[in-house]
Amino acid sequence: MSDENIRKSSGINREWPVLIGKSWIYLFLLGEIVVFSYYGTGFFSAKNFQNVMVNSITIMLLAAGEIFVIISGGIDLSVGFVMGFASVMSAKMMVTFYTLGWNQNLAILMGILIALLIGFLPGLLNGFLVTKMRVPPFIATFGMYGIAYGFSEIISYNVPITKLPPGVGAFGNGYLLYYLPGKLLNWFSQPVGLARAEIRELVPVIPNIFVISLLIIFIFGFILSRTRFGQHTYAIGGNIDAARRAGINVDRHLMKVYMVSSLFASLGGIMYVLRFVNGRADAGSARMLDSVVAVVIGGASLYGGTGSMVGSIIGTFIIAILETGMVNLGIPTFNKYIYVGTILIVAVLIDQLFPELVRRGD
Amino acid sequence: MIEERKPILEVKNIVKRFGGLVAVNGVSMEVYPGEVVGLLGDNGAGKSTLIKVVSGVYHQDEGQVFFKGQEVKINNPMDAINLGIETIYQDLALAENLNVYSNIFLGREKLKKALGCIDVLDHKYMLTESKKVLDRLGIEIPSLKNRIKMLSGGQRQSVAISRSIFWNAKFLIMDEPTAALGVAEQRKVLDLVRTLSAQGVAVIIISHQLYDVFQVAHRLVILRRGEKVGELMTRETNPDEVVSLIVGAELVENSKK
Repeated sequence: MSDENIRKSSGINREWPVLIGKSWIYLFLLGEIVVFSYYGTGFFSAKNFQNVMVNSITIMLLAAGEIFVIISGGIDLSVGFVMGFASVMSAKMMVTFYTLGWNQNLAILMGILIALLIGFLPGLLNGFLVTKMRVPPFIATFGMYGIAYGFSEIISYNVPITKLPPGVGAFGNGYLLYYLPGKLLNWFSQPVGLARAEIRELVPVIPNIFVISLLIIFIFGFILSRTRFGQHTYAIGGNIDAARRAGINVDRHLMKVYMVSSLFASLGGIMYVLRFVNGRADAGSARMLDSVVAVVIGGASLYGGTGSMVGSIIGTFIIAILETGMVNLGIPTFNKYIYVGTILIVAVLIDQLFPELVRRGD
Repeated sequence: MIEERKPILEVKNIVKRFGGLVAVNGVSMEVYPGEVVGLLGDNGAGKSTLIKVVSGVYHQDEGQVFFKGQEVKINNPMDAINLGIETIYQDLALAENLNVYSNIFLGREKLKKALGCIDVLDHKYMLTESKKVLDRLGIEIPSLKNRIKMLSGGQRQSVAISRSIFWNAKFLIMDEPTAALGVAEQRKVLDLVRTLSAQGVAVIIISHQLYDVFQVAHRLVILRRGEKVGELMTRETNPDEVVSLIVGAELVENSKK
């Protein structure tokens, strides 16, 4: 009653700040695009935005896994090197099967499947340590960070794994659609038999690996927001004792949550292999920070219980646009870390200073 | 009138030891359907331990628990809940980041099929069913879509109670239900206890606030140092008598001198 009255009486004064507070990430993203489009050269173009898409894939995948862990009240610091591990594993498998004389598509598929299967392991172990052994998530996943990196270096003998089947790059750098203005439209592959001038005019639309990543993220976004699994993830992050007393098998749920995170890290590794046609231990090392920042910008609290997949995707684009824009303007990219760090702190400050604005996309 | 009916819960000669300490020593009591029993005692008197035996947190060393006339073995909290014994702890066990109806259905979410094959949460069903139980108990909450974080202490207490009632609790244990509330809210919660009692739910209230207990309880059970030292009908006693039982008669006599 009294709360409601207060809210009503001050409604007019508070409506605008609340609206801005709730949607500041969209405004920020828009602001970035406007600024870079104004100062940059060719920034506001289809080609450049496709670049942004490709650049965003790694952060977006890591963030999609991280959001589950952070909502549940934990954190997964191992994602960057689990990604490296998966990239090394899948590249190694592809090379091995290909040199054994397998059909290249089969070799690629096996490499991906094995990396996904093994990719569950770090998550399983993280979850086991956190739930059964009561190791704080920070420590357990930080340990895994080192372990995953070490194993990747051992497997790759400290050099990137190369000599992958040619189909890897063809698919990984391919587009969903090729379009020759006014002439033809071709799905999945570049049309054959074109003149050189026509090839130059050819417009590729939406990178393959972006489509696949987004599709998987969409499925898990649905799981997070619409299903019992998602609901329990929020409940555990909100009040772990309440979740236990409500009969939720918290330990088993958290194990699954860490496995989701590790699955997404592995997907990140696989997408890296498809795009760069090699596998390396440090493929995702610098991306762990980015993924946590993307999730937090997107409205997740590091104390657990809040956050959304849509928010994480917007957070990802804020970072990806920033990176691409800085390259476009010729600003050294290491400056990015200063901005990203600042955004992280500002996002947390906004949540703390204005708790009524806490965002949670349903 | 109450005496003619069979007790819904009966505990006999419960003993619970922690190492050398005897926390509960041979306590027996019974609770009848629709009855409100105040369980009183100083800190360390054994109230919480006794309650935790009933709610499945502890297992008694000696003694028996009967529920609806049958002897029951309650090994964990889920056993108790499945029997229809719900405990509302002081911390209420609500997920503050979730809304009202999600908390009422927490762990037992109602699902529906999306696209004919995927199980998704049925928000509409959970909302309407929650509304029904809140109406039945006369609880007013502006919107069931509000997160618990936005509710007052009394409203939270009401949500916790509604949740147990929704899942057909016949027996409710409330640990200090009014401790953290303002006066107006305390009154609402006590009204709610009366409503529950009128609907046939048996309630045990643990409280330090004698005034509250006297308002709603039909009967009082007083523990001291793990033993039952008194059992009184509320209308036949007064707070002074109860206090002297809680702290021990000698002490009261001494303080008067």
